[in-house]
Amino acid sequence: MTAIEVAGLRKSYGAREVLHGISFEVRTGEVFALLGPNGAGKTTTVEILEGYRARDAGDVRVLGQDPGRPAPHIRARIGIVLQSSAVYQLLSVQEIVELFAGYYPSPRSPAEVIELVGLGERRDARVRTLSGGQLRRLDLALALVGDPELVFLDEPTTGFDPAARRQAWETIRDLRSLGKSILLTTHYMEEAHRLADRVAILRRGEIVGTGSPRELLAGHAGVEIRFRRNGREVVIDTEEPTRVLNELTGKALAEGVELEGLEVHRRTLEDVYLELTREARE
Amino acid sequence: MRLFLHELRVQQVLFWRNREAAFFSFLFPIILLLVLGSVYSEPIEGVQASTYLLVGLIGYGIAATAFAGLAITLVVRRETGLLKRVRGTPLGPGTYLGAVIGSEVIVIALQVVAQLLVGRLLFDADWPRAPGSFAFAVALGAAALAALGIAVTALVRSAEGSSAVVNAIYLPMAFISGAFFSTQEMPAFLEAISEILPLTHLLDVIRSTFVAGEGLGASTGDIAGVAVWGLLGLVVAVRMFRWAPREGITSG
Repeated sequence: MTAIEVAGLRKSYGAREVLHGISFEVRTGEVFALLGPNGAGKTTTVEILEGYRARDAGDVRVLGQDPGRPAPHIRARIGIVLQSSAVYQLLSVQEIVELFAGYYPSPRSPAEVIELVGLGERRDARVRTLSGGQLRRLDLALALVGDPELVFLDEPTTGFDPAARRQAWETIRDLRSLGKSILLTTHYMEEAHRLADRVAILRRGEIVGTGSPRELLAGHAGVEIRFRRNGREVVIDTEEPTRVLNELTGKALAEGVELEGLEVHRRTLEDVYLELTREARE
Repeated sequence: MRLFLHELRVQQVLFWRNREAAFFSFLFPIILLLVLGSVYSEPIEGVQASTYLLVGLIGYGIAATAFAGLAITLVVRRETGLLKRVRGTPLGPGTYLGAVIGSEVIVIALQVVAQLLVGRLLFDADWPRAPGSFAFAVALGAAALAALGIAVTALVRSAEGSSAVVNAIYLPMAFISGAFFSTQEMPAFLEAISEILPLTHLLDVIRSTFVAGEGLGASTGDIAGVAVWGLLGLVVAVRMFRWAPREGITSG
């Protein structure tokens, strides 16, 4: 079963093509992360899937339906956290979650959803008194109150402090364990690494890497060893760190010298991401 | 239908919770009535001054609340991304706009009752002579001007510019339509414009039912005029209404 299927998706704004025929799929029950630098086309892609923007070409299915053709009942089965969007400033957290619950045929309990996103103590606060991170959690509550099968999260933790980010990750893991499918965009590689079952890396409107974080890492050398010799930086990429380190340190000991600034660093998703998107930043 | 009623309730909560906006759009026509009612005393066009003013200010109030107030509110909701969020729920666009219009009719009904009471108690104005027909005229006018208020948001690009654009439309309309004074001595070209405007037709229906006590049959032409404007607004609203803010399309 697939929650989302995208094949040959193209989109232009005027003469500028921002999506050059991308393809990917999100399986039912998985967390799928779309990564890429600013301007890579992440939000455009997500907003086409959410039904906000029209595509120019390609085949797109969300829960089996074409998001370009309005079918109101499909909206009862998806939850959306937009990158930025206001809520009614003068209502309380409880009121607004209740109002949104009223839009859905079989909503979750508003009180429960407010607890779930960690706003229990702010339940009676007016929206305009919430902090940035709390507003973002309210966004999440509004996306979840309809009890969706598929949740779109466009940079859900931007602006969070580390503790709030951990809490949001817990919430997303909880959703996954409930069998929800989740499409996430993020700038934070750690977030993608910890949450995503699979990721796709988008660069200038093309997908330049896709797979599980482990698969993406496997295509690249495993460990990076750095040290300074005669003031010059030496970098060794290796998949056999034990042997290389043994040789290096053995040699240094025999010569009675110190390997200055020795660092051993397992390659992370961020390293792979930076490598794959490097051209775009230059 | 369930969603329509739900959204109607949402719209009512939002209108009354925003005390500033509720104050200005709801009480302003009543304050004008208090001020102008104290100024005029001679009969106007053969009608007791307070009754004449009351009729004009009821029309003005409908334009101020259902057209101007609504248009500005909707532009702000659009530009802050609120409408985009609502669009992501199962609530259909037609249901949303229908509930917005219905909510304005409720607000206008209360506003008109308040105006009638102030006019009666403080200035000894008449009650409407044909109350049923008068109520119909008010409801039709509120719905038509709300539809036009939704349509006009397509002309407005930013929240900052919304009150400038909207005021530039509805204030001259109120003057030219004769909401504040008799239009009998207006230059011919203004009179020609006046004859087209929706508020002129609406004021004519309200006058005919309120002052002369005539049934709706006596002003079918004006009722048609208001309805045509309302339908025009609806068509433009459905075709041109934008749900998302104008944003940099370059963003990720």
